[in-house]
Amino acid sequence: MIKDPQALIVGKKNWEDYYLFSLESSGIASQALPGQFIMVRISAQPQPLLRRPFSIHSKEKKNIEIFFQITGLGTSLLSQKRIGESLDILGPLGKGFVTGESFQDKVIVAVGGGRGIAPLYFLSQELCSSGASVKIFYGGKSHKDLPLKEKFEKDGIELFCSTDDGSFGYKGFVSDFFKAELEKLNPSCVFACGPEEMMKKIAQITQEKNIPAEFSLESVMGCGFGACWGCVKKIKKNFKEEWTKICEEGPVFSREEIIWTEEEK
Amino acid sequence: MTDLSVDLGFIKLKNPVLAASGTFGYGLEFSPFIDLNKLGGFVVKGLYFSPRPGNLPPRLVETPGGLINAIGLPGVGVERFSEEILPELRKYNTAIIVNVCGESNEEYASVVERLNKEEGISAYELNISCPNVKKDGLCPALSPKDTFSVVSLVKKSSSRPVITKLSPNVTDIVEIALSAQEAGTDALSLVNTFLAMAVDIETKKPILANTFGGLSGPAIKPLVLRMVYQVVSHVKIPVIGIGGISSGKDALEYLITGAKAVEVGTANFIDPETTVKIIEELKTYCQKKGIDKIETIIGTLKV
Ligand SMILES: Cc1cc2nc3c(=O)[nH]c(=O)nc-3n(C[C@H](O)[C@H](O)[C@H](O)COP(=O)(O)OP(=O)(O)OC[C@H]3O[C@@H](n4cnc5c(N)ncnc54)[C@H](O)[C@@H]3O)c2cc1C
Ligand SMILES: Cc1cc2nc3c(=O)[nH]c(=O)nc-3n(C[C@H](O)[C@H](O)[C@H](O)COP(=O)(O)O)c2cc1C
Ligand code: FES
Repeated sequence: MIKDPQALIVGKKNWEDYYLFSLESSGIASQALPGQFIMVRISAQPQPLLRRPFSIHSKEKKNIEIFFQITGLGTSLLSQKRIGESLDILGPLGKGFVTGESFQDKVIVAVGGGRGIAPLYFLSQELCSSGASVKIFYGGKSHKDLPLKEKFEKDGIELFCSTDDGSFGYKGFVSDFFKAELEKLNPSCVFACGPEEMMKKIAQITQEKNIPAEFSLESVMGCGFGACWGCVKKIKKNFKEEWTKICEEGPVFSREEIIWTEEEK
Repeated sequence: MTDLSVDLGFIKLKNPVLAASGTFGYGLEFSPFIDLNKLGGFVVKGLYFSPRPGNLPPRLVETPGGLINAIGLPGVGVERFSEEILPELRKYNTAIIVNVCGESNEEYASVVERLNKEEGISAYELNISCPNVKKDGLCPALSPKDTFSVVSLVKKSSSRPVITKLSPNVTDIVEIALSAQEAGTDALSLVNTFLAMAVDIETKKPILANTFGGLSGPAIKPLVLRMVYQVVSHVKIPVIGIGGISSGKDALEYLITGAKAVEVGTANFIDPETTVKIIEELKTYCQKKGIDKIETIIGTLKV
């Protein structure tokens, strides 16, 4: 965990309101693991005040990438930064996905909804290099919400795309598509990141089939490094439910640890 | 060389910059980013006697220039703090101040009595002003009588200096400050957070699960400067300024107004190096102005 006050923006791509930034930060890149995140200072001025969390989307040598969607002031100001400017970032933070040699020759499925696809690229890089066969389910509202399609395809990763409106791929929710294909794929492990409702369904489906699964959770974060107690969610630990700091002990948790919030009436 | 040390009477700090409770974890969270030995000191997260879970999330919401929190004082409790955390903190050469909480006057006293047995604590900061634990932000610091009774009880139990942390959510903060002084507190720290709320226009619900929270950050600085000014003109004991400090300039405004030291809060989240940077900026200011001892600028406000 380090602070890099001057991570240079060396690459920038954009599709409508989705952005991909490449940042030069050898310190953070050398330590980064899939599922970990960074905290980005958006402005030197007091608005937005707090840093914003973003998953590490990939790493290559000295560089890391972040992939984000504009959802408010912070992400909107961030999207206006240009190549050659630098960002003040903290990272790598949190605990990531389980990876490693044990996945060699195994089929692994990762499910990403919307901007939740962000950490799954790094995960698939890592899993592929340890010899796993990685399949990605990528869901969005419409074809415009699948900007990373080509990036995965270029790497030769098998993609299962879905859109809510049917404008590309399977018509419907990505969790339904996942359910329909699950039997055929028979994965050893499932990873997911996206809207809570989507992750909840993936949790149900994998539980029924008794397949291990891990999920990357989101929470409003004050600091990102365990100092504010702002980001807690209820997590099962040693048969007890405890308010747990997502930034420190997560953001990735196994299905057995997560207590999903009740649906709003 | 500039002398940045300040003497609070009951402790001498190597410089006037402390980290504020609840924004600095138990201190150790910041060791990857800064050398804790450089600080005047730090105040650890509020401690009750037993471990506590805190409030339901969402616990945080950002507002222009501010942060509203309703953390609700979760923590490890005094036993685990003494056994597991304090031994780590003793390795540092800086003032360690423990922020003491209680549901009742007796609980404040029992926390202090347990901690009296432990080495390596410079002072207690009595948190009688957290707006997030009782309904409607109720806390002892809202009433001169309640302030007097908790401070005098804790003073009796304590083998160490006691700093009383006041709430800004009162009509007349001087009245509360005077009653803490009368009860024997060694110093005052001003202030805890401002009772606040935020609304979601889509769901028509309060954004925080707790409805209310406490506002901190740059937005509150002018309000707190005014309170520090009012209080230092009426009390004899040292005052520590807390609210919206994120630069050397902010810290200087408090020192000039009459605070003997400052605590840095929310700014630690935004830049974990803030405290150390402020110390550097104070040094630079003194050198530029030819000031040998930073203490000579305390309370030099010309009104
Ligand atoms: C561990 C983690 C990893 C993330 N990774 C990514 C990523 O790779 N790509 C991406 O596009 N987004 C990611 N997010 C969500 C992203 O942080 C929010 O979209 C962003 O903070 C919104 O900021 P804003 O100022 O644009 O929006 P605003 O709505 O103006 O933000 C206001 C406040 O709410 C908080 N907030 C709003 N939405 C969220 C949210 N969904 N999760 C957490 N805090 C939120 C902000 O931090 C801020 O404090 C991640 C969140 C977490 C917790
Ligand atoms: C997330 C958060 C948690 C806090 N927890 C405590 C606490 O445990 N005890 C306490 O006395 N004050 C607590 N405070 C108040 C701060 O110590 C400080 O008084 C306040 O934030 C104002 O300073 P600032 O504007 O520099 O943040 C907390 C503040 C924040 C933002
Ligand atoms: S974001 Fe501050 S403790 Fe997790």
